[in-house]
Amino acid sequence: MLKQLLFLFWLAFSAITLAEPRATGDLGLIIERESGSALIVNTTEHKQLARIENLGDTSHASVVFSRDQRYAYLFARDGGLSKIDLLQDRLVKRIVQAGNSIGGAISQDGRIVAVSNYTPGGVKLFSADTLEPIADIPAEYGASQRSKVIGLADAPGQRFIFSLFDAGEIWLADVSDHQKPSLEKFKNIGKQPYDGLITPEGRYYVAGLFGEPGMSVLDLWHTEAGAKHILPNYIKEDEKLPVFKMPHLEGWAMAGDYVFLPAIGKHEVLVIDSRTWQLVKAIPVLGQPVFVRARPDARQVWLNFAFPDNHQLQIIDVKDLAVSNTLEPGKGVLHLEFSPRGEQVWVALRDDNQVVVYDSYHLKELARIPAKKPNGIFFSARAHQIGL
Amino acid sequence: MIIRGLLLLLLIMARNTYAEPSAERQAALRELVQQDCGACHGLTRKGGIGPSLLPDALTAKTDDYLITTILNGRPGTAMPPWRSFISQVEAEWLVDNLLRK
Repeated sequence: MLKQLLFLFWLAFSAITLAEPRATGDLGLIIERESGSALIVNTTEHKQLARIENLGDTSHASVVFSRDQRYAYLFARDGGLSKIDLLQDRLVKRIVQAGNSIGGAISQDGRIVAVSNYTPGGVKLFSADTLEPIADIPAEYGASQRSKVIGLADAPGQRFIFSLFDAGEIWLADVSDHQKPSLEKFKNIGKQPYDGLITPEGRYYVAGLFGEPGMSVLDLWHTEAGAKHILPNYIKEDEKLPVFKMPHLEGWAMAGDYVFLPAIGKHEVLVIDSRTWQLVKAIPVLGQPVFVRARPDARQVWLNFAFPDNHQLQIIDVKDLAVSNTLEPGKGVLHLEFSPRGEQVWVALRDDNQVVVYDSYHLKELARIPAKKPNGIFFSARAHQIGL
Repeated sequence: MIIRGLLLLLLIMARNTYAEPSAERQAALRELVQQDCGACHGLTRKGGIGPSLLPDALTAKTDDYLITTILNGRPGTAMPPWRSFISQVEAEWLVDNLLRK
């Protein structure tokens, strides 16, 4: 009897240890925006590996990865912060840390996860290991009002940078001393910064402005110079087109020295020289751009559009600084993500309940992967990229 | 009693004279509110970069205010005019049937 039991134990044990080991470097998460779930996918095999559920309101969810690429941290609209194990296909822990949140970031050393919140407005820091709270940075301004926080990114030197939508400020938080973040505030940076990005080397932080034309740029090598308002005259009040969805500045939008940014209220992509922060060219596109993302080899920039043009994609050839292709992949194009070296691009089609994978060089469809109302797509290669 | 009954009848008739979007259009409008209004106001309408559109948050606002806001937007804010995609009748229906419930 005992012998048989031992044999059974041995059998179960070997089944576990003999299961094929899984690497996580080519995995990704596809957010399903209405069902509070996310798919773990293998980007080499174009295959769904698992569906993780109970993630809360995932309608605007975004993800960062641990530096070992094992864990994904998912920021949900309902204030939920979830830690997902990509090796074991499971939700490790979920906390609800605020009433309404918008995004997050992971620190340079990978030990701190930061979340930016609308209500109550501010940034909260958590241990990446346990999700226990570390520190709270309320976004207070004026007569103890609190601002919605947007455009949160990690910055070199164990810092986080973010913008205050209602206050028009950029804050730089040094979290080297985990419990006591030290803050540097840049005020009057422009009206209603709606999103922000940090350039791939971590030097410049760019906040897009909604309340007035242009962007605010902070050079982290010269913070003493303050934030600089660029392109303040690129659009006149009376030529503004309605914006049916706010653009996003997340992701690399850099090709060589050029930064590619969505215009707001104008159907253009703005090409800006990052050495001078002057406009090089405004490229006409077919609608209000939402995501503008450079392929990792920087030869192409892909973009999607706000309602009512959200069934299309355009591709800009960086060599000519002009649109080279227009694609109609399906309905409700919400997001796109390149593979680490750019040979594939994955496109989320909300209303078609699928993700389409393109060969980005030959514009050939490689696969369609079913997903329920897919939204954001995040590959684990982001683990090693500043600002993602 | 008779007068009260008549008044009630009149009220019901007045309500029924409101033109209603077709069933197909109603479904499209529901989808529009969820997805496209939801982009700023949240999928559950509890608010995002735009304010909450849940019934409690809207009690202080009149129907007219809401209908005008939908059709013309609110200058100085991120709220755009939707009149190219939503008619007056549809905006009335939206306020009555979606935002108040």
